[in-house]
Amino acid sequence: MTAFVASRRRPFLQRLADASEPWLYTAPALILIVAVMLVPLVLGVSYAFRDIKLLNPFGGGFVGLKHFEALATDQAFRTALVNTLWWTGASVLIQFVFGLILALLLNQPFRGRAIAQALCFLPWAVPSFLTGLDWAWLFNPVIGPLPHWFVALGLMETPQSILSDPDLAMWGPIAANVWWGIPFFAITLLAALQAIPKDLYEAAAIDGAGPIERFRSITLPFLAPTIAITILLRTVWISNFADLIVVMTNGGPADRTQIVASYIFTTAFRRLDFGYASAIALVLLVLLLAYSMLIVLLRQSLLKRG
Amino acid sequence: MRRNPVLTVLHRLAIGLYIAFALFPLYWLLKVSVTPNDLLYSEGVRLWPSRTSFEHYAFVIANSEFPRFFLNSFIVSGSTAVIVTIVAAVAGYALSRFAFRGKYWITALMLLTQMFPLVMLIAPMFKILSPLGLTNSLTGLIVVYTAFNVPFATFLMQSFFDGIPRDLEEAAMIDGATRFVAFRQIILPLTLPGIAATLGFVFTAAWSELLFALMLISGNAAATFPVGLLSFVSKFSVDFGQMMAAGILALIPAALFFLLIQRYLVQGLTAGAVKG
Repeated sequence: MTAFVASRRRPFLQRLADASEPWLYTAPALILIVAVMLVPLVLGVSYAFRDIKLLNPFGGGFVGLKHFEALATDQAFRTALVNTLWWTGASVLIQFVFGLILALLLNQPFRGRAIAQALCFLPWAVPSFLTGLDWAWLFNPVIGPLPHWFVALGLMETPQSILSDPDLAMWGPIAANVWWGIPFFAITLLAALQAIPKDLYEAAAIDGAGPIERFRSITLPFLAPTIAITILLRTVWISNFADLIVVMTNGGPADRTQIVASYIFTTAFRRLDFGYASAIALVLLVLLLAYSMLIVLLRQSLLKRG
Repeated sequence: MRRNPVLTVLHRLAIGLYIAFALFPLYWLLKVSVTPNDLLYSEGVRLWPSRTSFEHYAFVIANSEFPRFFLNSFIVSGSTAVIVTIVAAVAGYALSRFAFRGKYWITALMLLTQMFPLVMLIAPMFKILSPLGLTNSLTGLIVVYTAFNVPFATFLMQSFFDGIPRDLEEAAMIDGATRFVAFRQIILPLTLPGIAATLGFVFTAAWSELLFALMLISGNAAATFPVGLLSFVSKFSVDFGQMMAAGILALIPAALFFLLIQRYLVQGLTAGAVKG
């Protein structure tokens, strides 16, 4: 407050310096974000309406909505859309359920909890490309144990990789994603659990509430905002997360594991068709924006009713 | 509160099961990497080979390009971590301490960068960096990774600064120090754990990045570890022992940084619960 009063009497230059100070501190970050993220983003949007192929130096002309017309009849794109829903829904749901269970387990004090917690969270530190390779090897009948276990359990007749089975292939990347992503949910939910005042539980116990009743009427309401925001953010993040699929199956067999994000990558990286890749990316961006808007609207209508 | 012994046993059992699930894939990686080639197929599903050897590690270190990939990744991740931490510390400090017009918009911009699909930047990024000579270059990767990690790291640093009382630098400023001197000499030393956590998060993120590295790097000279490992996998897909030995080597730096930051995980991920 004293600084504020003093500033009124200071000369103009001094006031200018004070006003620009926060901008000086944030300038490097802002310049980087604008130059390396916003500029390519805008450029990418313009590519969606141009004919840009890396191997064709005479391309680059505007083609209007040609890419989008092609998209409308692109069977691979339609498959990728459905696969994205499947991949995202299954991954988020399983990660959330096990993440919540793990957080509840780790929230109980016990001896060796610090070490147990570090070990449980370790998969999160494994680089995503290594996670993908590791799980692809685990599913490999030559080198990995999983196919042989499936045979022993009677789930499979001969040991073979589920990654090459069109009907089961998607479960490979989903399994890897679940293993890798449970810690994220567990960490976030554990932080929220630790913020719940302990005396609430004691008071409820004195009033005769059982463990299930305490979970329902204390834990869940306290966790609800964290659960909502984490699921929202993770849904967007996982639907964009192509690393595991690119590493494990490259979208195959026969596009059965191709999601929209990996389709964008494949179109840009292997077919070198930057225009078409950008058109798909623009559709994905619009869908994600629509999803986020829907969530915001839903939340507001819920708040109004509540 | 009294505890039911049956519940206690079930609780420990559940924790143990989860730890087994979390560690098993890494254990398998280690197991295959120390299995000699002649036992690789005959003892495929055994939990531990009857004989172990470090021949795969020796080969990978002495006869392959992995040491160079390792060094490239180390240069890229280390430089990215240092630059991001400096930029994010300064920006996070401003967001934590100043009330200024535009703060809301800066926060909104940074949140936005965490929401849109980064994969859509791959094509335009290549087009921008190519004429600048920044494709196939470690510098190009450092620039890209730095920008990608700044928003999250800024939120993280902001949350650490929020935890330090303002009186400290206000006292120093009354004593005549400029704000920047107060920031550097009083606040930064107090945030050292936060700085370490940010370094760790960013290093791990850059160490793991795959798709942009694949697009921007071709050839072995500037390949980072993921690019090198994937090209090795597609070329020599039968050398499982060597691939897994290389995988274990790639895991070591990430695991070390994880141990460094895992105390701050709960704080860090809730501060910027926007990114894995």
